[in-house]
Amino acid sequence: MSVDQATVRRVAHLARVAVSEEELEPLKGELNAILAFVEQLADLDVANVEPMTGVIPMELPMREDVVSDGHYPEKILANAPESEGGFFTVPKVVE
Amino acid sequence: MTALNQLTLTEAREGLATGEFTAVELTEAYVSAMAEARTLNAYVLETADKALAMAAESDKRIASGDAGKLEGLPIGVKDMFCTEGVRTTAGSKILGNFVPPYESTVTAQLWREGAVMLGKLNNDEFAMGSSNETSAFGPVVSPWRRENDKAPIVPGGSSGGSAAAVAAYLCAGATGTDTGGSIRQPAAFTGTVGIKPTYGRCSRFGIIAYASSLDQAGPFARTVNDAAILLRSMAGYDPKDSTSVNRAVPDYEDAVGASVKGKRIGIPREYRVEGLDPEIAGMWEEGAQWLRDAGAEVVDISLPHTKYALPAYYIVAPAEASSNLARYDGVRYGLRVPGRDVQEMYERTRATGFGPEVRRRIMIGTYVLSAGYYDAYYVKAQKVRTLIKRDFDDVFALGVDAVLAPATPSPAFGIGEKSHADPVEMYLQDIFTVTVNLAGLPGISVPAGFSCKNLPLGLQLIGRPFEEETLFSLAQVIEDAAGRFPVEDTWWVE
Repeated sequence: MSVDQATVRRVAHLARVAVSEEELEPLKGELNAILAFVEQLADLDVANVEPMTGVIPMELPMREDVVSDGHYPEKILANAPESEGGFFTVPKVVE
Repeated sequence: MTALNQLTLTEAREGLATGEFTAVELTEAYVSAMAEARTLNAYVLETADKALAMAAESDKRIASGDAGKLEGLPIGVKDMFCTEGVRTTAGSKILGNFVPPYESTVTAQLWREGAVMLGKLNNDEFAMGSSNETSAFGPVVSPWRRENDKAPIVPGGSSGGSAAAVAAYLCAGATGTDTGGSIRQPAAFTGTVGIKPTYGRCSRFGIIAYASSLDQAGPFARTVNDAAILLRSMAGYDPKDSTSVNRAVPDYEDAVGASVKGKRIGIPREYRVEGLDPEIAGMWEEGAQWLRDAGAEVVDISLPHTKYALPAYYIVAPAEASSNLARYDGVRYGLRVPGRDVQEMYERTRATGFGPEVRRRIMIGTYVLSAGYYDAYYVKAQKVRTLIKRDFDDVFALGVDAVLAPATPSPAFGIGEKSHADPVEMYLQDIFTVTVNLAGLPGISVPAGFSCKNLPLGLQLIGRPFEEETLFSLAQVIEDAAGRFPVEDTWWVE
């Protein structure tokens, strides 16, 4: 499978990465080189193979469903580009 | 007398224990070596004041008989590990000003044992690269150079700063992370020892995530014994990482020097790839002979799905990366580039903050996970992983204790030599290492020879899950036979 410019634009949007018109063509080439490389897997019949879900067979550990951490909002906000009154702030979302 | 910073970690531990020198003296030797080596660009942040304060505390504990297992030993930390109150960037502009309010479990365990933090080491951006050229801080220069040639050489990647710093005596040991070969390939390029333990052996808590089902931490060191000392303190169960495994951590040092008589070593025929560098092939044969001479039995084996490992990796790793890196949105931490609305803010932040290789992998990951493609790509790649793991299970069931293979398909290359090529050419660097991550197995890289241009080459040993001890025993046989590979010419000292 290979991608065209419209697909590159759509994927960039899904990935929330701004891509200029001039970048589309070179990106298309790079992505297609990678997709052509992974295309080798098409040779392989995996019809009766289970997908791997974990590398080491183990049961996920369980714990009590209780709050086990927190109560330090100032630490959590310390790296925020913008915050106000104990909240992260973003540009207006709703008109 | 050897300069203090050129001692191995094992020797430094001995010198501190016997009072031959103090932790402060040892740390001062490293701090001045680091200041003289800035041209290598191995450190992205030096924490000399913190190091000297930690060393002074170590000296007090040594004096009072409360020394930990790593007391007073100066360590460098890859910039993928969150360090509380110390800037952590993952080599990316998007985290350029990030100061974590918490410590990764692996580094917390090192400090608990008394280790001293010298600073943060350069790496490929978000650990995506095999040459340390994708870092927002610029490339790391290897302390090695080709014979009669001053052209700068890459230290490998993504843990390029860790490998270069250990080789150039800028720390006694370093932490690394390995998702597709990021410890073993740079170790091979720099004449150092690097081990990626079994998936789940070290906690991933506080390590900036790249591909969560593949990422694993491990040490870099100048000798096999040094690596064994470090891994013992890095490994262990952590309730904060549900994939870490609750299993006792052995004293790996006991395995170093243990007999390998009767161990069965597999040589996988699929690793004799077309165009394999003859020097690498020669070193591989020599390594097998050293193990035979030490009493091991060397047998030919087949790992039939080897050639599908790298294509599967370049689906799984970008897919997981695109999910993990979704968190960098300019809201909670890191860079924010303003936009007219929140959507444009996200897109501009991520376009400005991520470098080209990271953007490429996020887009590939987004594409393979997008509606209609998930089964064709991601599920298929996970099925291929099952086959790759089964290949190893089958040879282990035949009594094979470890697999011997080259660590890299070539010696180190020059800075810039591959950066304008097709991205896939760089990906081929991981051809011998990536299977190990996909199957979750432990792998160690140990220096074993020189290229004709006098650059170090490494051999890789791959073990059964949680049998790192076997790898340390076998790696010591190789170190004994091949000798060590210290950098002789400290040309970078200004």
